[in-house]
Amino acid sequence: MLSGWGDFVAEYSGLLTTGMLDTLAMLFVSTGIAYVFGTVLGVVLYLTSPIGLKPHRVFNGILGWIINMARSIPFIILLVALMPTTRALVHTTTGVVGVTPPLVASATPFVARMIEQSLAEVPRDTLESVVSFGASMPRIVLGALLPEALPSIVRGISITLISVLGYTAIAGAVGAGGLGDIAIRYGYYRYEDEVMVVTVVLLVVLVQIIQTVCDLIAKRIDHR
Amino acid sequence: MISIQNLTKVYDGASGGTHALRDVSLEIPDGDIFGIIGISGAGKSTLVRCVNLLEQPTSGHIVVDGTDVTTLSGAELRAFRYRTAMIFQGFGLLAQKTALENVCFPLATGIGRLPEGARDKGLELLGRVGLADKADSYPAQLSGGQKQRVAIARALACDPTTILCDEATSALDPASTEQVLDLLAKINQETGVTMLVITHSMDVVRRICKHVAVLVGGEVVERGATQEIFQNPQHKVTKALLGKGDWNA
Repeated sequence: MLSGWGDFVAEYSGLLTTGMLDTLAMLFVSTGIAYVFGTVLGVVLYLTSPIGLKPHRVFNGILGWIINMARSIPFIILLVALMPTTRALVHTTTGVVGVTPPLVASATPFVARMIEQSLAEVPRDTLESVVSFGASMPRIVLGALLPEALPSIVRGISITLISVLGYTAIAGAVGAGGLGDIAIRYGYYRYEDEVMVVTVVLLVVLVQIIQTVCDLIAKRIDHR
Repeated sequence: MISIQNLTKVYDGASGGTHALRDVSLEIPDGDIFGIIGISGAGKSTLVRCVNLLEQPTSGHIVVDGTDVTTLSGAELRAFRYRTAMIFQGFGLLAQKTALENVCFPLATGIGRLPEGARDKGLELLGRVGLADKADSYPAQLSGGQKQRVAIARALACDPTTILCDEATSALDPASTEQVLDLLAKINQETGVTMLVITHSMDVVRRICKHVAVLVGGEVVERGATQEIFQNPQHKVTKALLGKGDWNA
């Protein structure tokens, strides 16, 4: 056991700082990329849904099915199954870089559903009015649909970030680094309870910050 | 001139089709304020939504200034819709944009850039509907009547030849209703824009419509100059709407 807080900080502060930075890098890079793909998919899902502006039952059904498939694969399985693809893409399957592709693959269908949900909340009247004065599809989506749904999308971002944070801990188990990795290696395998407690506390604080910041932004930009 | 010819709209349902409109034919002269009145479910909203193709008619034609608009698609349809403004019962304003941004929205290009002078035009239009001081307010900060006046300013932004009003005053209190109706009548007088006014209120018809058609069960049962219809209603529904007859007669 360590004799005091000072010793603990001296011994582990470097490790925990690196872990925190790795976690943040995995979290924000993969979520960011997932939002690029996921937003496109979410918009397409919404537009082709029965309540969308371009309803297409077959296309929507197939896309929805693929997304559900991807969402039902447990992350750890996806991580392993994607290893050849990951290696081809980023030339490694370990470290922060190596787990980014599976994190993106896992978060993208989740984001697609979050975006679809947010877009569906935009009132029908609002959308029809935009259609009724002759706006083009890109203008409807970029000028009206996404901006109207933005506060809801931002609230969705906090939910996505917090679930991806959970995935990064699992990714830690295959050598990705990050706080989850530290918690498992030091806390679980080496019975160093203090390290585990501190990493868990850091993760709790991180979750609270994400939630608070997203709520604040959503409130600030919502004019309803 | 808007010429609605043998318009039929059937909604497919589990238990066969529902006829929302049956063989409706109407001629709406340029510059008219034409009322279409009926009780809920009479098909009047469907009718007006067919005019700018928010609903695709099952059969029949809508000819506007010589063009059969039911055949339009893509850029041609968008150009037609641009000239045919619409005002909704629920206002249809963008909640995340200010009154001025809402008014200017139809003027923006495909990538969302406002052409030169659009802002000034928007401000002028807001002035015209008496809301010059609300340019930077968001819809949530406005009353129902003010929201509808913003929607009217937005409708005017494209210099439309036709304005479709789908129950434009049904969600408003009597004072706001009067204000909005006066505004619509004034706009019609000043610009000569044709208006198609959907309503379930005879009071709205009496105040602003020059002509009126009564829609019952998707069919036009009576039509004519407003004054004539008011003085000499023929159909029992018209009489009932005027309070001169019994709904169950």
